[in-house]
Amino acid sequence: MGSRHFNVRTLPGFGFIALLTFFLLYLPICMLVFYAFNSGDSIVQWEGFSLRWFEVALKNDAVQEAAGRSILIAVIAATVATICATMAALATTRVKPYPGLVFKYAVINQPLMVPEIVTAVALLIVFSKIKVWTGYSGLTYLILAHTAFCIPFAYLPIRARLESMDSGLEVAAGDLYATPWKTFRLITLPLLRPGIIAGFMLAFVISLDDVVITEFVKSGGQETLPTYMLGQLRRSITPEVNAIATVFLAFSVLLVTAFFFSSRKKT
Amino acid sequence: MQSPSIAVEAKNITKVFGHGKQHFRALNDVSVSIRENEFFTLLGPSGCGKTTLLRMFAGFEHPTQGAILLHGKDIAHLPPFQRPINTVFQNYALFPHMTVAKNIAFGLEMLGKPKAEIEETVDRMLDLVQMQAMRDRVTSQISGGQQQRVALARALAPSPKVLLLDEPLSALDYKLRKEMQIELKRLQHETGITFIFVTHDQEEALTMSDRIAVMSGGRILQVGSPHDIYERPAERFVADFIGETNFLEGKVSVLEEGDRLSVTLDAGTEGKQIQVAFDPQNSPETVQAGQRITLTVRPEHAQVFPIGSTSDDPIISGKLENIVYFGTDTHYHVKLSDNSIFIVRQQNSQIRGDVLVQNEMVNIHFSMDSARTLWD
Repeated sequence: MGSRHFNVRTLPGFGFIALLTFFLLYLPICMLVFYAFNSGDSIVQWEGFSLRWFEVALKNDAVQEAAGRSILIAVIAATVATICATMAALATTRVKPYPGLVFKYAVINQPLMVPEIVTAVALLIVFSKIKVWTGYSGLTYLILAHTAFCIPFAYLPIRARLESMDSGLEVAAGDLYATPWKTFRLITLPLLRPGIIAGFMLAFVISLDDVVITEFVKSGGQETLPTYMLGQLRRSITPEVNAIATVFLAFSVLLVTAFFFSSRKKT
Repeated sequence: MQSPSIAVEAKNITKVFGHGKQHFRALNDVSVSIRENEFFTLLGPSGCGKTTLLRMFAGFEHPTQGAILLHGKDIAHLPPFQRPINTVFQNYALFPHMTVAKNIAFGLEMLGKPKAEIEETVDRMLDLVQMQAMRDRVTSQISGGQQQRVALARALAPSPKVLLLDEPLSALDYKLRKEMQIELKRLQHETGITFIFVTHDQEEALTMSDRIAVMSGGRILQVGSPHDIYERPAERFVADFIGETNFLEGKVSVLEEGDRLSVTLDAGTEGKQIQVAFDPQNSPETVQAGQRITLTVRPEHAQVFPIGSTSDDPIISGKLENIVYFGTDTHYHVKLSDNSIFIVRQQNSQIRGDVLVQNEMVNIHFSMDSARTLWD
């Protein structure tokens, strides 16, 4: 092996910068998890190990209700967004390039560029008008809003997968007497599955995590877990918030790990 | 002999891609008839339209103008999945999420064949391409040559009326390619299916085909047996593309009786006339003295002699520039008076005792019948 090839590892200070980056990224999270197990009332002063705050959080009806609502919204929004994103990805990759196609990419991905606060205010205005007209103020507004901003996140991995997939396979299926629908079901969909799962997971996590748009769109009493935690922080801060965050974290890590192993088995 | 029936026919096919200033005419009024049970090859350099024509038979492209007939019925408007025609793709396009056996069964399943029949046919196909041991492998776990066999079996399993092969051997190494050429010929004989084969490799075309269509610039220049194409090229492009050849430019000086001409060449004869035979079928209706003509002579049809030898055959002379030894034969590069190089190929087993010295003048002989006349 020669040193002719550029290798970033050999640069001076590489190890130090790498360590510092990991430190900055994970130290605050480690601290948060650590104090979740504090037996005292402080989030900075260690008084001994205890699962007390997990118990408090679990027995808190408001937390349970907010968590249930968060998951309900995330499941529906991520599912609908993934279906929309799959159709959009098919429509933008399985066609001959035409003028205006690049513009369509931009429109689909535009929610990623627009500052979230702008979308939030815009949705607030539109939905409040509709609320006045219809008198309905249920969960649908939140689900609609979440679906909308989840679509580009689901779209990106699905489109990436479709673009790396050999479209010759679909041509070959057609050559072997498969109708377009059978080709989609037997060839495109099975090969696209890892992309669809990745898109769904991303959309799910993004929805679960959202504060800004949710805060603006929600009606009274429609707290999700993140907005509930934000509300708690405004009052007294106890390790209960740490405990909730820790469970949240464990849930996401589990989800991503499960996906990682399920996709590795296939290919 | 009865005239063989036609399997596929292209009638006045024109294909234009794009429009306006950027339009590109991939096929220009192409007509060709492919016979039942024939190994037919579309041969030409890349961009000549051969793959476009093949894709049109399969239904992946639709003609801008013209008709495609399968056993006399126009199928130009039918989508691929409604045509009893299957394709072996250049990159094989095997389904990566299915086993070898599942890949081969795919077409039969789409046709809704009964389960027992599918199993029986898959078994037969695996035997035919000698892949029985690999039946439960995933296609990414088998070698390129094996993938090639599976692709063949998959396309043959639904017993198509016509099998299209789009440069299927180009991804294989030399030895495997030679093996598969023989294998393909065998499969075609055993199945009796019409094969339409696309290649840019003239050697492959010559060794495998019953008939060849030579294409260039979106047109078919000549259709004929490998022997016809090689020995009686209709155009300069065909002569040049298939094998190695020499071109001699000149003009007609005298029309002799029968199918003979006296020709004055521009170089190599110092103004002497030589006599050649010409093919009236491949000539203009009226041939006059003074008309431009090109002679093409294959290197193996000519011989070199030291100056001073006499012969009745047409003789041209030049300077022996180079002697290249090839094992089975030797190539002599002779520079004519217009600086063009005339190549002579002689088999080493038939070499005569003459001593040929580099940079000396030599005579080149070729028989009157081995020179093919081409007209501009």
